[in-house]
Amino acid sequence: MAEHILLRDLDIPDIRRFEVYTRHGGYEALRKVVTTMTPDDVINEVKKSNLRGRGGAGFPTGVKWSFIPRQEPIKYVVVNADESEPGTFKDRQILEGNPHQLIEGALIAAYAIQATAIYIYCRGEFWDLTHALDRHIEDARQAGFVGENILDSGWSCEVHTHLGAGAYICGEESALLNSLQGLLGQPRVRPPFPAQKGGGLYYEATVVNNVETLTNVPWIINNGADAYLQIGTPESPGPKIYCLSGHINRPGNYELPLGITFRELIYEHGGGIPDDRKLKAILPSGASGPVLPATDAVLDTPLTYEAVAKIGSTLGSASIILIDETVNMAWAGSKMTQFFAHESCGKCTPCREGTYWSRRRYDTLLAGRAAEKDIDILSDVAGQMTGLTLCALGEFAVNPVVWTIKHFRQDYLEYIQQAAAEEKPAARGKGKAARDAAAR
Amino acid sequence: MLKEKYADRIAAIFAKYPDKRSAMMPLLYLAQEEYGYVTPEALGEIAALIGVDPTQVRSISGFYTMFREEPKGKYWLQVCTDLPCALRGAEQFYQELLAELDVEDGGTTADGMFTVERVMCLAACDRAPVLQNNFHYHENLDMDKMRALIRQWREEAGQPAPDAAADSADPDDSAAG
Repeated sequence: MAEHILLRDLDIPDIRRFEVYTRHGGYEALRKVVTTMTPDDVINEVKKSNLRGRGGAGFPTGVKWSFIPRQEPIKYVVVNADESEPGTFKDRQILEGNPHQLIEGALIAAYAIQATAIYIYCRGEFWDLTHALDRHIEDARQAGFVGENILDSGWSCEVHTHLGAGAYICGEESALLNSLQGLLGQPRVRPPFPAQKGGGLYYEATVVNNVETLTNVPWIINNGADAYLQIGTPESPGPKIYCLSGHINRPGNYELPLGITFRELIYEHGGGIPDDRKLKAILPSGASGPVLPATDAVLDTPLTYEAVAKIGSTLGSASIILIDETVNMAWAGSKMTQFFAHESCGKCTPCREGTYWSRRRYDTLLAGRAAEKDIDILSDVAGQMTGLTLCALGEFAVNPVVWTIKHFRQDYLEYIQQAAAEEKPAARGKGKAARDAAAR
Repeated sequence: MLKEKYADRIAAIFAKYPDKRSAMMPLLYLAQEEYGYVTPEALGEIAALIGVDPTQVRSISGFYTMFREEPKGKYWLQVCTDLPCALRGAEQFYQELLAELDVEDGGTTADGMFTVERVMCLAACDRAPVLQNNFHYHENLDMDKMRALIRQWREEAGQPAPDAAADSADPDDSAAG
């Protein structure tokens, strides 16, 4: 892409600063909607653009906004900046490099639903970024874009930041709302959904959008939905920030159209795999989505919501972790299971107990003390979680177990066979695979 | 007492939200800043400010990893060892850091200077190994950079190491923001 739409900090140094952002057309989209468009106009334009939520679910943003009941006097926009999925670090770059475009996008969303306040929920580890964001909001306030009677429109909207404190679950929107209310950061039973009265922030109707999603909005308003639809594919239009991590020569964020292939992304943009090793597995959506073996068919798949779903995984937030041939995938499954066991909020039994028992099985496996039946136990525990958890975290936690076993069962057997070969009490826990795991 | 010492900041926190209870996390951070960790007394103070039971404050401080419920080292070092970071050597880096400071996993050095822990994903996988020192990030680390940072922190605290490493690599102080 010639010019970045989202990661404009790569084209324009210091665009994070208010005066640089406004010099490059910043806040013109907000001015346009507030002075020339009705809230419905804005919703319709975003609907037409088919912008889909970039937090992972891919739900159409304009449709989400249209769910908000018009007659409610109090409505909120909540920005989900609780970026915590292993392998995801895109929102962080936006907050760091192009924060005003996020603030502007959030204000446009707020205008579209006539919200009275915006809360930006940042993960606690974004401590420095959030304090910087407070200053950026203050700059926008001084210029009349935030606060009372914005641009003399009669519409008023406050913008606040709120710091989380280290809990992956708070990226789940209903847990995030609870956390913001000073309650335990645990998911709510739905319905009511956040967009409904009774389901949102302070139980008022609320739109919750991801950072990257909202950062698309000013461009859509300035250039029109038709121009936006020229980027990407009809079902998945627009630019996407792909996060490349793990075994890749040039890790980092890449803003490219939806629809480029894994191969282009990994080998042309990411520079390929270190030391020309063979790519073994791809996690397209961090720890949460099913792992894919790096076959030619997978590598030639376009990165769209629909195409990645067709090959048995999810695009999610496009946090793409690359794993080369030196890695045992049972070890990778164990790493991801440790993550989910730690981050389970404890509210529902299948997730709380399931992740705990899965982690214990993996500990046994990696210590060289497992037998083949332990693979079946892992599958069995996963089966008792699937479809039975209160929120998506529990569903995500099943994926590393189920899909590493499905595609890489041999890696599990390696641990078990080595353990069997060294079946002498003195050698327990010191198999080659266990040593490799300890060294990683 | 937080109430007297930070009256303005507390008022500003409450002003952000329509419900006092939303001040819970900001007040926990404030207490931690003041006392070094969330003390039992702080739980009571926050409960009184918000108008809830101290048990409810405790339930929140216990839920999140960034609230400390016991004293930690002056420098609270948290290293991400999740999958993407582990693929880039974070696990080995973590073990070497523990050995360098002669401390066990999750422990605090005898002089109270450093607590070293694992932490879950810090959203900086492209810059691994990465650690968080009292909420500030240090990225693309290796042990040379780490030794320089440790030396710098010891000097800041006026506690030079008994056997300062001979290494002279510059610290990569790339804290976000």
